[in-house]
Amino acid sequence: MEHFANLTLNGLATGAVYAALALSLVLIYQATRVLNFAQPAFALVSAYVAYAVTSATGSYWAGFAAALAVGALLGAATERFLVRPLRNASPLSPIIATLGLLMVLQGAVGMVWGNEPLSFAYPLDYRGRFSPADAFALVSVLLVALALFALYRFTPAGLRMRAAAIRPEAARLSGVRVGAVLASAWALASAIGALAGMLAAPPFLAPNSFDLIFVFAIAAAVAGGLENPFGAVAGGLAVGVLLSYVTGYAGPELTALAALAVLLTVLALKPDGLFSRAAARKV
Amino acid sequence: MAPSTHRAPASDAGSTPAGSDPAASARRGPRSVPGHPLLGHPLLRRLLLAAAALAAVAAVTTATGPVTDLRVANAGLFLLAVAGLQVLVGTSGQVSLGHGAFMFVGAYTMALLVVNVPALPLAAGMAAACAAGCLAGLAVGAATARLHGPYLAGATLMLAVGLPAIALRFPDLLGGANGLGFSTIGAPPALAGLVDDTQWRAIVVWTVALIGLVVLATASGGRLGRHLRAVRDDPTAAALSGVPVGRVRVTAFVISAGAGSLAGACQAYVLGTATPSTYGLALSLVLLAALVLGGLGSLWGAFWAALAIVYVEVAGTELAHALELDTDVRNNLPVVFFGAVLIIVVLAWPRGVHGALSALGRHRSTPQQTGDS
Repeated sequence: MEHFANLTLNGLATGAVYAALALSLVLIYQATRVLNFAQPAFALVSAYVAYAVTSATGSYWAGFAAALAVGALLGAATERFLVRPLRNASPLSPIIATLGLLMVLQGAVGMVWGNEPLSFAYPLDYRGRFSPADAFALVSVLLVALALFALYRFTPAGLRMRAAAIRPEAARLSGVRVGAVLASAWALASAIGALAGMLAAPPFLAPNSFDLIFVFAIAAAVAGGLENPFGAVAGGLAVGVLLSYVTGYAGPELTALAALAVLLTVLALKPDGLFSRAAARKV
Repeated sequence: MAPSTHRAPASDAGSTPAGSDPAASARRGPRSVPGHPLLGHPLLRRLLLAAAALAAVAAVTTATGPVTDLRVANAGLFLLAVAGLQVLVGTSGQVSLGHGAFMFVGAYTMALLVVNVPALPLAAGMAAACAAGCLAGLAVGAATARLHGPYLAGATLMLAVGLPAIALRFPDLLGGANGLGFSTIGAPPALAGLVDDTQWRAIVVWTVALIGLVVLATASGGRLGRHLRAVRDDPTAAALSGVPVGRVRVTAFVISAGAGSLAGACQAYVLGTATPSTYGLALSLVLLAALVLGGLGSLWGAFWAALAIVYVEVAGTELAHALELDTDVRNNLPVVFFGAVLIIVVLAWPRGVHGALSALGRHRSTPQQTGDS
């Protein structure tokens, strides 16, 4: 039972990372209908910049702020210069373009900082069962999710974001600057992705650190339903706990297969994810 | 859209499903070459093209050394793998990020057979690998037939990551992280002195790949191809015209997986080893990226994709050596180069290299309908 409780708590802490990355994927998918494969690369660049800033200033939190800023900047720039020019191309084109960006950024990080892992600091004490660092991960992700909910639901900016995503032409006619709104949605999402990177990076950071995390984040986002930020957070935490059980009771090499099995089961029952609304009737 | 001047045979046109645009179907259907009654049959034309390609491969590998032989062999097996993916993504419209998993199935089937049944002839090993891939494709296709767009992409992505981990789970049988190593027979004794081992392997790979391509081209050019395109363009209309949507989607997965796993078997044969890291996430992503780079919807797109997979990396490596960069930069230059090429091609030629070339061809030549082949 002790083991089970430990696995659950560990799973929630790693699940927070999946939840944050899945949330950033869902926000971008909602805004522009693009599955952003460059998201782990944004998190990677942000984490490496944080490493550089922390090394230079000695302050973890200066690095943390720099990471969020770099993430937001990368997101906005990608929307403006890569995704917006492709908005009328086939749906695969922007996906492949972000895949190209993933390769470029991952390789560039390796060029600048080398392929060897660097030791990366925890924000808080990381020792013991459900350490302060684990609590920080979980609480920060839940706070971000709540803040997002409030932003989308109760503020004019959130209303503009929803309008620009759902009916771009009508939104433009009502005076919404659709381009700027979509770019800021990408910036916001990528800052959340950078947060995921900061939570996932310790203890060691390498150019391929986030590959597997990204795969599980996609699984979480898809299982929760790509239309639903709440589903992404719930999916991320569920995937984290589940993979923790699989690692603890069956072996770490089975995590991806277990995630695949669960994903297929979920999608067999609800092809658009657990938290999707019923789609239009099909023949 | 002007009506095509070279109509498909009447039997083909007659069975066109009402759900798809008849003009589009005729345009994409088999074309005949006017004035050549013998060349009129598409299968014969494909076989002649395949024979010419094999002769070209033999000539190129004879004129060059073992390094080029290996690259030519790689281009051949990636051509087959991407052509299989083309049927799935380009023709049936199901975006799969897990094609590397089927190559994994083929490579390990081949490796297990060579290690445990050494007496088995190569062709039988290839056939078994292809059959194993088709079975895997049947299972995956049946499990994902209801999924669409990013949901299918997410599920197949998990497949690409999860399946190779099986090798780590069963280290006694599948060799763990080191994989399975074995030696395959080289050139037959009758050809000793004429053809060396690496050249022979390149020729074997291309023979397998070209047979596979002829099958794929015939399948996607005929009735099944029309069904696939109908399902891709409008599943509802296709279902209303009597096309069995679910079965057609699963069939696309089976064909695609068969080609992918045959390509994996070829890779195991060329490398003499099968390791899980070869068939990781990166391979699946590169296959799909190269397919879009080459051009969706035509097997010629797969050709450019295979060249890109092999030669963009070679160009990146050679560039790094020529510039005498330090180790970190040199190791990462090929992947950066591939990513940059991908971004530039997607931005400049949204329909891929083949789309850009055929647009150029249409622009220059007399206005004549060209279509997919």
